[in-house]
Amino acid sequence: MGLGRYLLRRLALSALVVLGVTFLVFVAAQVVPSDPAALYAGPRPTAAQIEKARAELHLDAPLPERFASFAVAMASGDFGVSYKSRRPIAQDLRAYLPATLELAAVSTLLALIIGIPAGAMSAARRGSWFDRAGGFGAIAAVAMPTFFLAMLLQAIFAQSLGLLPLSGRLSREIAISAPLETVTGFTLIDAVLAGRFDVLRDAAAHLILPALTLAAYPAGIAMRLTRSAMIEILGRRHILAVRALGLSPARILFGHALPNAICPALTILGLSFAYALTGAVLVEIIFAWPGLGRYVSEAVLSKDFPVIAAATFVVTLCYVAMNLVLDLVQALLDPRVALQ
Amino acid sequence: MLEIANLSVTLPSRRGPLHVLRRIDLSMAKGQIHGLIGESGCGKTMTAMALLGLLPEGAVVAADRFRFDGDEVAGRVKTLRGRRIALISQDPAAALNPVLTIGRQMDDVIRSHHALPRPERQAKAVDILAATGLPDPQNLLRRYPHQLSGGMQQRVVIAQALATGADFLIADEPTTALDVTVGAQVLRLLRDLVASRGLTVLMITHDMDVVAETCDRATVLYAGISVEEGPVGALLDHPRHPYTQALLAALPDAAPHGARLAAVEGSIPPPTETLPGCAFAARCPHATAACAAPPPLRNAGGQSWSCHLELP
Amino acid sequence: MTLFSRLGPKGTIALAVVAAFLLLAVLAPWLAPFPEQGAGAPNIAEKFLPPMPPHLLGTDHLGRDMLSRVIYGGRVSLSSGLLIVLVSLAVGLPIGMIAGYAGGWWDEALMRLTDVFLAFPALLLAVLMAAALGPGLLNAVLAVAVTWWPWYARMARAEVLTLRSQPYVEAARLMGVSNSRILLRHVLPAALRPLSVQAAMDVGPALLTASALSFLGLGALPPTADWGQIVDAGRKFFPERWWYSVAPGMAIFVLALAFAALGDALRDGEQKDA
Repeated sequence: MGLGRYLLRRLALSALVVLGVTFLVFVAAQVVPSDPAALYAGPRPTAAQIEKARAELHLDAPLPERFASFAVAMASGDFGVSYKSRRPIAQDLRAYLPATLELAAVSTLLALIIGIPAGAMSAARRGSWFDRAGGFGAIAAVAMPTFFLAMLLQAIFAQSLGLLPLSGRLSREIAISAPLETVTGFTLIDAVLAGRFDVLRDAAAHLILPALTLAAYPAGIAMRLTRSAMIEILGRRHILAVRALGLSPARILFGHALPNAICPALTILGLSFAYALTGAVLVEIIFAWPGLGRYVSEAVLSKDFPVIAAATFVVTLCYVAMNLVLDLVQALLDPRVALQ
Repeated sequence: MLEIANLSVTLPSRRGPLHVLRRIDLSMAKGQIHGLIGESGCGKTMTAMALLGLLPEGAVVAADRFRFDGDEVAGRVKTLRGRRIALISQDPAAALNPVLTIGRQMDDVIRSHHALPRPERQAKAVDILAATGLPDPQNLLRRYPHQLSGGMQQRVVIAQALATGADFLIADEPTTALDVTVGAQVLRLLRDLVASRGLTVLMITHDMDVVAETCDRATVLYAGISVEEGPVGALLDHPRHPYTQALLAALPDAAPHGARLAAVEGSIPPPTETLPGCAFAARCPHATAACAAPPPLRNAGGQSWSCHLELP
Repeated sequence: MTLFSRLGPKGTIALAVVAAFLLLAVLAPWLAPFPEQGAGAPNIAEKFLPPMPPHLLGTDHLGRDMLSRVIYGGRVSLSSGLLIVLVSLAVGLPIGMIAGYAGGWWDEALMRLTDVFLAFPALLLAVLMAAALGPGLLNAVLAVAVTWWPWYARMARAEVLTLRSQPYVEAARLMGVSNSRILLRHVLPAALRPLSVQAAMDVGPALLTASALSFLGLGALPPTADWGQIVDAGRKFFPERWWYSVAPGMAIFVLALAFAALGDALRDGEQKDA
């Protein structure tokens, strides 16, 4: 299969997946709840209110027609109105999505920075104390419940040591007295754009604990994957060849062996980002992070299905898009992937 | 240049110690190309790894004498590797890193051994690549290994070894992965480099043609033991050790060019065995009861070999 | 080779920990120091006692013994972890086997279906499903299983594809044995072995996902205790009354760790065999 055909097939597959995802979300949000109209009509609705809601939501239309209009609405970014706040959901998403993406990006970066070098070092010193300790650390990071780790980190670094802020995205003083102009929605970037380094510092301090919490699991996975990939690579002949040419162990490990691990590294990147996107549901409530995750978990409690559906849909789109990009990058870097 | 007497290397394993090298004697003069001949598993590559200090972990090395350029090797292997001794790996397609450019791979070698600013390192890389007969070296720096032919890859591997500045090269089966004509060109290049740069080369091979064409002297290995050594002409015309004789007899006469060592009947004793007597006795057509004792070293006509047999 | 030498020292310890948790869960009414409190009966007079005898892990905001609560919570958490894996296996295995054995159009359609489910971020899909189905233990199990079965379907398909070309399967087909019989008699038993190792390794992650749902309020309903839910309940009093959240949190961690170590040991054992 050529690269072009691979690309086409991969795109078609993604389109199919998005359609399937839309359908599942539709079923979960519009069909499964016992009576969406009753939910929409508010607390203790009268029969007339429910009928009115049913008409407003077009719930009386046949299912295929409802799915079609649902799909069209989703595609055009019209996610409807929140049952609870009655605000347009699209508007909320615009505010919350960047916060979640920022958190996910930083935690992914942390996971890679911690996990990949640690895995490479473990592979280079197989059986050493570093390898053993790292192996335990990796498995512990994978077994730690995210929400519990979040609470422990909060208790240690914020409540006991007072080193880092407990929760939120920015300090109240900054948010109130000198608010940051929203350009991209990413606080770190907006702060740099505005030249506000006090805000940058504050935003970074707020990011550390939630990002670290989300990074733990993927860092553990990254370490284990990198270790096994590197053990295989270090046994290859070209590594022996450069050793026999007198290159230093560090240059061999990071300059020659690690670049061969680009495929596992991309896999790790995908896993980390996906984990961060979903783990956000847990971490954002604990750290009061104003992102999609918290938005969803609040919607869950109030059974606000359009919100859950829209957020699930948007996050899944991010996820599908990222997987598509990663697959294409991988196919470009290593043409053998496209041939499968 | 190189003096090795009674070198042995033992590796630990679950089935007991592995005697990968039992008794290696090897001496080489500066400016020579010295062949190291034998079937696979006889210890050729292991001898090279011992010289490079790249033996597997836990290897026990013992030698009566192990000197490089007059000084003991023990304890300074790392300072020799790359600085004085470099390896030309076999199978260049596997020996080059597939994801790094040729330029990057040359540069990494050069900067590991020469403190030079970047432009000078690049000029040096171009010079060395040109010296190995590669066309348009400037353009080559941006290429990846898979974009080159096997012969070009082997020249790059040679260039890497030259780039270290080492004056003693170990060439591990440099032509095995190449077709005959390209292999002959690579051998010619190596000979020219030895002459023009005053290099010394240890040529590991199982190809008698390679030995005949390029080497000045050669050593025959069997089961981790150097059984015969001498000038190549004498060695090939009058092999003294029964193993060398068997090797040469096994060459098909009809195909003298590109001929490889055909299998000699029987098999090499496994490295788990300790061999108090002659290692070849079990396969030797002339074996007698005396062969159970260590064979004496004999000398004649510049050749030396260890065998119980009187000269026929 | 005995089981213990196969697992190695670490694997044996992990197995012992898992076995201990299982035993505590099964025999909770007899092993828990305060069984009624474990089952949810309040005891307000003794609320928020720090860990000390007779309450080794302290008491919660209703004065219930934390150790008993955690032991009782283990029944729910462990069974939800096991159920998730079993339900997913029950769905994924037949689908994967049909896809692999039938091939062609069926294979394509079923595999694209797994693609759709795998395209979802798992926890979010589980949240969506759990919210749609309403809270409750079984609903949480179903919600997670929805995200879990495609992995088994893929594994089963891969196994069947290799098994289908085995001589004894070919022979059975040539002799006119019916397809369903071949699948049940020849393919299923052989495919079950690698899948069951994988399933054993998946109980830990399943437990973590289930406890995350229950932490979000989508798991078992009070007064039934469930580890994730207890951690969440203790969050209001954390870190002053740290034992409230730490006891169930550590229980999840230790059990998931034991399952992960056991999985590693099993896999290493398989490699040693190969």
